[in-house]
Amino acid sequence: MSAEHTHENDHAGEHEGMTKKKIWQVFFYLLAITGVEFFIALYMLPKGLLSHGVGNVIYIVLTLVKAFYIVAYFMHLKFEKFAFKTSIVVVFLFIIYFIVLMLNEGSYQNLYMD
Amino acid sequence: MSTTVSQLDELKDEAWSGGKSPFAVEYGKIMMWFFLISDAFTFSAFLIYYGTQRFTRISWPDPDLVFQSIPGIADHGYPLVFVGIMTFILIMSSVTMVLAVEAGHRRAKKEVVVWMIWTIIGGLTFLGCQALEWTHLHHEGYWWGSIPAQYTGVDTIGATQFANLFFTITGFHGFHVFSGVVINIIILLMTMANTFEKRKNYLMVEKVGLYWHFVDLVWVFVFTFFYLV
Repeated sequence: MSAEHTHENDHAGEHEGMTKKKIWQVFFYLLAITGVEFFIALYMLPKGLLSHGVGNVIYIVLTLVKAFYIVAYFMHLKFEKFAFKTSIVVVFLFIIYFIVLMLNEGSYQNLYMD
Repeated sequence: MSTTVSQLDELKDEAWSGGKSPFAVEYGKIMMWFFLISDAFTFSAFLIYYGTQRFTRISWPDPDLVFQSIPGIADHGYPLVFVGIMTFILIMSSVTMVLAVEAGHRRAKKEVVVWMIWTIIGGLTFLGCQALEWTHLHHEGYWWGSIPAQYTGVDTIGATQFANLFFTITGFHGFHVFSGVVINIIILLMTMANTFEKRKNYLMVEKVGLYWHFVDLVWVFVFTFFYLV
């Protein structure tokens, strides 16, 4: 475990970003966002204050915001070096393209096959 | 004899000139991140296929009607309440995990132990809730390749795909939670055995922490696409 040992000092200054206060702050953001999702699902949609299409877009945006908070703060990625962040995040371009391709496929089948 | 060093022999000390870790992240932690990327691809593939099926089919089961029970309390009429509790439990256990990591940075062994125990309790509670929900849906007639009799005609294919993908994706996620709990228990025991005190760092807690937050992250997406949308 000597390899871990040598990094002991590197890590000392690196984690100033996450204090206990910050952790609970992020927790309340996540809780509040989930609360908003429930408000939309249980109140706004049944009362017809929002169309399902708009509701779904809001759900997906809020989900991505939650994902950002978990990855950036809980998983600490925001405080890593730029090169490392890039090597983690950029590959998800493939996933975005995959989503585009498969939704195309799905809506085509819906229109012409069933 | 000249003492000046030629330009080629000059010592370079930029991040990528060699001799040091350019990411300033410990090896095991980088490997955990790369494993999580591959795992994220697997989950993405599952969820994107689910989305494709939903776009393809004319009809799809309404999540507000499928998930409206609170096992042991009410059989129907409470959409989203039970899964809301499950979501809260998992976010909460993510917070206790990050608090364990924070305590690890201060090398406060006792605090790490306490927060790890809470994280394990959260994980086990989540698994219990999932077992209750699976049992409930199974009793209603949902399972791999099987749906309740109320679906007829053109509705059957959408409902069958919904049932298959629901059990596969939440099952795969639940298996991750289960592995996470097992790994958390191992790390808890190692902490109590002073393994990390002897190493003078709690990096292992950070690495398991990454995995545990990833499991929470996946649930955020499963929750949106199965229960909300």
